[in-house]
Amino acid sequence: MIWPLNTTCCRSLLIMATDHYTQAELMVAAAAREIADQEVIFVGMRLPLLGFLLAKSTHAPNAVGIYELGLIRDSVAPEPILTMGDLPNFYRAQWLCDMADMMGLLQKGEVHASFIGGAQVDRFGNLNTTYSRNGSSGTTRLPGSGGACDLASLAQRHIIIMKHEKRRFVPRVDYITSPGYGDGPGWRQRAGLPRGGPSRVITTLGILGFDSQNKEMVLQSVHPGVSVQTVLEHTAWPLRTAPEVSTTPEPTQDELAMLRRFDPQGYWTGE
Amino acid sequence: MQSKVMDLSLAIDRFVPSGSTLVTCTCLEALIPFAAGHEIMRQKKQDLTLIGPISDICFDQLIGAGCVSRVRAAWVGNVITGSGYNFRRAVESGALEVEDHSNFTISTALQAGASGIPFLPVRTALGSSLMETNQSLKTMTCPFSGDTLAAVAAITPDVAIIHVQRSDPFGNAHLWGNLGIAREACLASDHVILTAETIVEPEVITSDPNRVFTPGFRVSAVAHVPWGAHPSAVPGYYNRDHQMYLNYQNASRTVAQFAQWKKEWVDSPSSRSEYLKLLGQERMDDLALKHHLLSEPADYGY
Repeated sequence: MIWPLNTTCCRSLLIMATDHYTQAELMVAAAAREIADQEVIFVGMRLPLLGFLLAKSTHAPNAVGIYELGLIRDSVAPEPILTMGDLPNFYRAQWLCDMADMMGLLQKGEVHASFIGGAQVDRFGNLNTTYSRNGSSGTTRLPGSGGACDLASLAQRHIIIMKHEKRRFVPRVDYITSPGYGDGPGWRQRAGLPRGGPSRVITTLGILGFDSQNKEMVLQSVHPGVSVQTVLEHTAWPLRTAPEVSTTPEPTQDELAMLRRFDPQGYWTGE
Repeated sequence: MQSKVMDLSLAIDRFVPSGSTLVTCTCLEALIPFAAGHEIMRQKKQDLTLIGPISDICFDQLIGAGCVSRVRAAWVGNVITGSGYNFRRAVESGALEVEDHSNFTISTALQAGASGIPFLPVRTALGSSLMETNQSLKTMTCPFSGDTLAAVAAITPDVAIIHVQRSDPFGNAHLWGNLGIAREACLASDHVILTAETIVEPEVITSDPNRVFTPGFRVSAVAHVPWGAHPSAVPGYYNRDHQMYLNYQNASRTVAQFAQWKKEWVDSPSSRSEYLKLLGQERMDDLALKHHLLSEPADYGY
């Protein structure tokens, strides 16, 4: 690994930070809480990668990590990693194999949860990472699915992590890269998807779930210092809120200490 | 048996003509054959179709160099920073046709190609817009269960380019670390080009046949290219050069910036050894493995 990195050319992932922790650290801690012990997790990249490591090191020591490049490991890599393909992630792994093996396990239904990010999400949790329309200036081409479409199609549940902005939280996505609940109840079954759907959306402003009946996104908690009104203003449809919107728990000192070991340069979770 | 070892420039000249369909960057983030990509750029190949899963910046570079007319892939960008600017520019200007896959469907398309059948069914992507925009994906009804499935049409590339740790002169090679879609990519392709960190005696390869990822008899060329996958990682040889990927984000932001980057890193160094001089020994020492872990030998005796 090459430390330290010159990260000045990277856009910050953050909007704001408190005295004690950054917004990204709060989001990673929230992601970690979505993972139960013994679960098989399709890990993904960026903040979810750290969330998995944090869960492994705290309340979910027996969780198993599946990485789509063809890797299974049930321990934390011996050194900080920036991507799943960094060599410390291969060190004493449980299995190095074909990507098709990972996708087969996913398709069989053996993956409890997966994590994905997106550029655009809609009220039914459909995600777009392919094309977005810019009004009169045409379309912006985004990188594409990668494995996100597969994770959203085939995991028992998936968790979405993304920035909360009005241009990203839209009534209907321009392109469904990763299917959520489509246009509402029964859509996934009619499409032929065998299971699953988004269970949670962790954003820069709060945490959202989905109504079990109509499959619409519902605001469940706001991050410390964020008002419900702010979340509503940053959502481009009339967002439903839970009867009692709580405050997202702050990361504990132990969690923060652990996290800073995994991301010592603050590449993903710094200011 | 005749040796298949040849210069990388000859291998690219002979087996990657303009108009080829090429599958490469098959191990997602590790083992990306950047040296081969740069040689394709230097030889100014045109009208290539690139096939791959998450291709990282190698595809973006080939697109920026004007070598590509079509991409059949799951993701094109820069893994640790996001967008691939050459890819964006080419798609948004209409210069590049894209067939959008997921990682699973591109693997499945190559598995079908590798097996000599026209398609394979999966349960992914159903209901997604990929099913509408990608003509290689169709819904079908399972003849046994009646379930709705996605049929993925086979892909049979002209050539696969794979970077490996070691190969013998005849194309029998060891690849370790994550395998991505390397196995189905090679079996589906008419030709296979290997770039190898080291060339070894056949006895080294046959001492551990389980580590061979594709049969040597189907390999067309073997090029000895140490550090041929830099800035990606090669298990057993060197770590990922994250700084190079971070720098590339700015270096590809505009057409002019990319032209400058290409001049410095692709056009001026006429070979991989010149490129390594540019990279510098200090950087290579930084990237070298610091903690070795040798596997226990396996007994293949009788």
